[in-house]
Amino acid sequence: MIEERFSKGDSIIHKLDPRIKIIYAFLFSIIMAVSANPLVLTSGFVFSLALVFLARLEFKEILKRLFLVNIFILLLWLILPLSVPGKLLFSIWKLHITQEGIIYAFQITVRCNTIVLAIIAFLSTSSILNLTYALKSLRIPDKMVYLFFLIYRYIFTLLKEYRRLENALKIRGFIPKTSLQTYRVYAYLTGTLLIRSYDRAEQIYRAMLCRGFTGKFWVLNKNSFKKTDILSIGIFGIYITLLLFLQWMKSS
Amino acid sequence: MHISEGVLSAPALIGGASAAAAGIGFGIKKIKDEDLPKVAVLSSALFVASLIHIPLGPASVHLILNGLAGLILGWSVFPALFLALLLQAILFQFGGLTTLGVNTLTMGLPAILCFYLFSKSMRSKSDVLAIISGFLTGVLGVFLASILVALFLVTTGEAFLNVAKLVIIAHIPVMILEGIITSFIIVVIKKIRPEILGGVE
Repeated sequence: MIEERFSKGDSIIHKLDPRIKIIYAFLFSIIMAVSANPLVLTSGFVFSLALVFLARLEFKEILKRLFLVNIFILLLWLILPLSVPGKLLFSIWKLHITQEGIIYAFQITVRCNTIVLAIIAFLSTSSILNLTYALKSLRIPDKMVYLFFLIYRYIFTLLKEYRRLENALKIRGFIPKTSLQTYRVYAYLTGTLLIRSYDRAEQIYRAMLCRGFTGKFWVLNKNSFKKTDILSIGIFGIYITLLLFLQWMKSS
Repeated sequence: MHISEGVLSAPALIGGASAAAAGIGFGIKKIKDEDLPKVAVLSSALFVASLIHIPLGPASVHLILNGLAGLILGWSVFPALFLALLLQAILFQFGGLTTLGVNTLTMGLPAILCFYLFSKSMRSKSDVLAIISGFLTGVLGVFLASILVALFLVTTGEAFLNVAKLVIIAHIPVMILEGIITSFIIVVIKKIRPEILGGVE
């Protein structure tokens, strides 16, 4: 269920420094999220699509992710064309579909897919461990970095624990249905999971103390910028400036 | 429950992000070094619990448990939710980056409200009171979150009014389910480890 499917690879995108990838991801997403300029959105979509191709990721898996993301967008397509006032395009029975409504829904679709593709290309191509180190060197507070790392680390342990409990239920003939009994079983399962993790936390803290935990997060592998990183800063910088220029031209 | 990328307007995104940042800052400041593993592992457990699919009529829904998260984590629920959402964005692209603030806020505010409203009754001797508070925690957590999502949608544009209404209506069955399950969870925890309920302080 949880695997970093896109993090392994040896493409140019995979090899970029995770620190600059985090910055790119946020900068690019913010510009895309607030822009309504068709030129900016179209070029952004092409750009993020190109990134995903450069990263040489499994195409089928990407389509699967995009499909899930677009389910909510589909709901908007059912409602927005009917509720945005504007030039009447056509009417079916009593439903009036407006041009503005269609454009609005289309805009949201492009924006959402562009940002999701950019997240895949920039963030999912690094391992969580490398992202954790990157967060630390981006001056995120130590406590926050620790929490991020530990939450991620223990999701796997607890998922295993959950599967074990679930198997025990299955062996005893548990079949989930819509009933109070099922809900009680799931609740007790969750309760057990929470109690076990609470007890485990005490052991983890002691183990951390034994290894010299003082609240400071240490980074073991020092990242240093490579030539491709510096080149990417140049390309990305020019592209972002271009986007901002396009955006500014339209609004002035 | 979360709002996708590309939907909200800039003022809504900025408003959500700044309010969430305040909550996260306050939450992280309150966590003592020795409580870090506790907050982290409990957050992981809540993350795993939210992946469980529970049958509801012909479909199945996943738990949100933000109210319960508030009771267990106290103010640390803000950084915990933020980081869980960030992980979700990286691992399976649910939610997004620019919506991190809004989504942290829509789930975190009801959570912290549940903490202030019900953590006292969790410590009382009466089991009935705890069960009722547990039910209300589940219902209120989801109900208020859906109201906040609806508010963010409507401030973005009036065209979203129908979507906003739909969000709230669609979550009514989930609220009741969350209420039932949360009250059962409270029963177990109160029997075995009552100290879990009351926020990591």
